[in-house]
Amino acid sequence: MTEIPEHLRKRAEAAKAKAKAAAGGDAPSADTPPADAPTGTAPTGDEKIPSHLLNRGTAAADMPAAPAGGPAAPVGGSGPDGHNQRLLTVVKSGSIQDTRALPVDKVHVWPHLLVAEFLSALAVTLFLLLFAIFVNAPLLELADFNKTPNPSKAPWYFLGLQELLTMFHPMVAGVTIPGIGLILLVMAPYIDRNPSKRPEDRKFAISLMTVHLMFWAVLVMIGSFFRGPGFNFVFPWNAGLFFEL
Amino acid sequence: MADDKKSGGMSQMSEQVQASQAWGSIFRPGSIFRKGYSDSPRNRSYVIMNSVLYHLHPVKVKRHAVKVSYTLCLGGLSFFLFIHLTVTGIFLMFFYRPTAAQAWNDIQTLQTAVGFGLLVRNMHRWAAHLMVLSVFLHMARVFYHGAYKPPREFNWVIGVMLLQFTLLLSFTGYLLPWDQLALWAVTVGTNMMGFTPVFGEQVRFVLLGGVEIGTDTLLRWYTLHVLMLPFVLVIFLAIHFWRVRKDGGISGPL
Repeated sequence: MTEIPEHLRKRAEAAKAKAKAAAGGDAPSADTPPADAPTGTAPTGDEKIPSHLLNRGTAAADMPAAPAGGPAAPVGGSGPDGHNQRLLTVVKSGSIQDTRALPVDKVHVWPHLLVAEFLSALAVTLFLLLFAIFVNAPLLELADFNKTPNPSKAPWYFLGLQELLTMFHPMVAGVTIPGIGLILLVMAPYIDRNPSKRPEDRKFAISLMTVHLMFWAVLVMIGSFFRGPGFNFVFPWNAGLFFEL
Repeated sequence: MADDKKSGGMSQMSEQVQASQAWGSIFRPGSIFRKGYSDSPRNRSYVIMNSVLYHLHPVKVKRHAVKVSYTLCLGGLSFFLFIHLTVTGIFLMFFYRPTAAQAWNDIQTLQTAVGFGLLVRNMHRWAAHLMVLSVFLHMARVFYHGAYKPPREFNWVIGVMLLQFTLLLSFTGYLLPWDQLALWAVTVGTNMMGFTPVFGEQVRFVLLGGVEIGTDTLLRWYTLHVLMLPFVLVIFLAIHFWRVRKDGGISGPL
């Protein structure tokens, strides 16, 4: 869920690579602690950790035979070099203190967003007004149960389904296929667990969606423009349009 | 108002507008706004913070979020079309009675005898088709940007519900003119619903208010169209918009 910040992830990767390199190459490289310090589980040296702290930690680890301190350990220095504490880990300051949110480039909603919204709403209103002036909504003759128009078509967004009806049993075309399509659509975020939003990382998801959208678009087009009397396949340039919005 | 990104001509024009007498008389103190309005970061914040717009928008958004080329304004336009449809729909309600005997005549009268009746009905019809289209395109846009990914998964689910409510709103409105187109389009549509397994017949009976389309169907679909579906849609819209903000605004650049 939580995203690892970029700089931390990079640092961890670098450390991992370094550790791997150190473990792989037998010969101690410049990065590994000096030979006299036992390596084993000791973290590979990083110049930023003071070497005396590192040595103290590994030296303490070397003396497990020393009586276990426990909570009631005497204060008198009983550990190596007279220390009664040992270094378990060194946490570098950056990883826990660098929690300040990165500055985000922000703009005021007014005017930057509201002006864009207002103008786009204005443009759509203008378009609708002009379209409504020049193109009338259809109003055919009064509904008549005894006169079935040929062809009878559903509204355009259901014409894909009506088109499927010509190929499958109504149960499959009207319920099963759209039902499965709808469930897949709703579940999309839970099916597609790929965290990346970059198009080059989601070729499969994008192809699948495009095929899906094209499937319906083509069916709707065929149902709208290429179906004539009897819902038979016709070419609109021969038989004319059988389509009302 | 002078935007650093705009070209010199634009900023020059906005300077001229702001220097004009009309601008001064609107925005001077004591005019429409009691304290006047001068362009400052503080006043820009107050425009949102001290108005009902604060329910919809934060004071600031990521610079990326105002790029029209990213969203194409599709979500906002869908909402705007919904408002537009509500306004024109209320106008139509003044002249329409949902009974088989009167519906078609009412529409006919509206178109021929009511001032702007034809125009408003046309706008309502075209806006409805446009809304189906824009909601659909909005969904496609969100998918292609991967904007449904965490933390926005649930808002996608709400969005798919909104798409379905949009389709249902459009479909219920389709019957209301009670002409041949309406009757037979709805006949085709509801026949398909009858094939729902197990309770298909019941679903069809409830939706039609009987075994076949009639005046009861008209009243039923009218109530669904003007009251119930918009009511449910508004609730889902509220959740949708709230989640957009709670999930950190619109998704970032790719």
